[in-house]
Amino acid sequence: MHSIAQWFPQGWRHFLLGGISIGLGVSVLFALTGLIGGVSTTYSALWSWLSRHSFFRHVNLVSKRGWLMMYSLGMIAGAAVFTFTLGHSQGFITRVPLWQLFVGGILAGFGARMGGGCTSGHGICGVGSGQVPSILAVVVFLATAILTAHLVHALGGF
Amino acid sequence: MRATASRAVLLSALLAGGLFGFGLALATMVKPESIVQFLLLNNMGLLLVLGGAAGVTAITYALLPRVMKRPVFGPVFHRHPSRLNAATLTGAAIFGVGWGLSGVCPGPAIAGLGVGNWPLILSVAGILAGAGLHGRLFGRHD
Repeated sequence: MHSIAQWFPQGWRHFLLGGISIGLGVSVLFALTGLIGGVSTTYSALWSWLSRHSFFRHVNLVSKRGWLMMYSLGMIAGAAVFTFTLGHSQGFITRVPLWQLFVGGILAGFGARMGGGCTSGHGICGVGSGQVPSILAVVVFLATAILTAHLVHALGGF
Repeated sequence: MRATASRAVLLSALLAGGLFGFGLALATMVKPESIVQFLLLNNMGLLLVLGGAAGVTAITYALLPRVMKRPVFGPVFHRHPSRLNAATLTGAAIFGVGWGLSGVCPGPAIAGLGVGNWPLILSVAGILAGAGLHGRLFGRHD
């Protein structure tokens, strides 16, 4: 029995509506400020307060850190608003082992900065502006992520 | 006047982030388990999230610069700077391994804190460490 529904065992509307809301956020940022709403730069910009290294003190990061921090605060607030409205005040706590969250984070942070974008920078903003390097980056990271998750699953991790 | 403009930019970013974070929570992207179910090819929802977000963005990125001379509070419409080179593809490959190991990427790590998913603070710390390592070893502005 092959039907589209079997690919969406928990339904599909919240995925599409959530994606549209994310796209509206990126669009509102663009319409009001002209800025591109990739998230991974935020982490490098945060270092501009913590490190004296010349890379982090560069105007490219220092000039962005203010709005990027507000963007992040907005993301936390927006997720909290969801929780207390449509989310029926039910939060969520992951059961993914803490070491996987941390080590996976190191690799994801390093790779996103080396590759010039993450799921938002390449996946939404880059693809949204039709840039071929971003489309290729998305294909590459989807492939390595799917392989890695299957490997972890095979080893009993997920 | 400048101070007013920059305050407007900060408030715009807050509003935009709010919609982004609300969408991530609605689409269950703040749950690493959701990402993992997609990566194990059990649930294709993530493709609708990415497609919906990139679709809306494609429309506004193409349309707004044609109908507006400039952004409401900014001088120019920027572009996402992506380059086709070894660093982009190698970085993407490493990013994917980290994403597949944890089920967490940079946006949901932050937004997840808003649904009380406190273990994601370790993801934030890890991503911050990774970004720091990258900046020290390979960081350059050009």
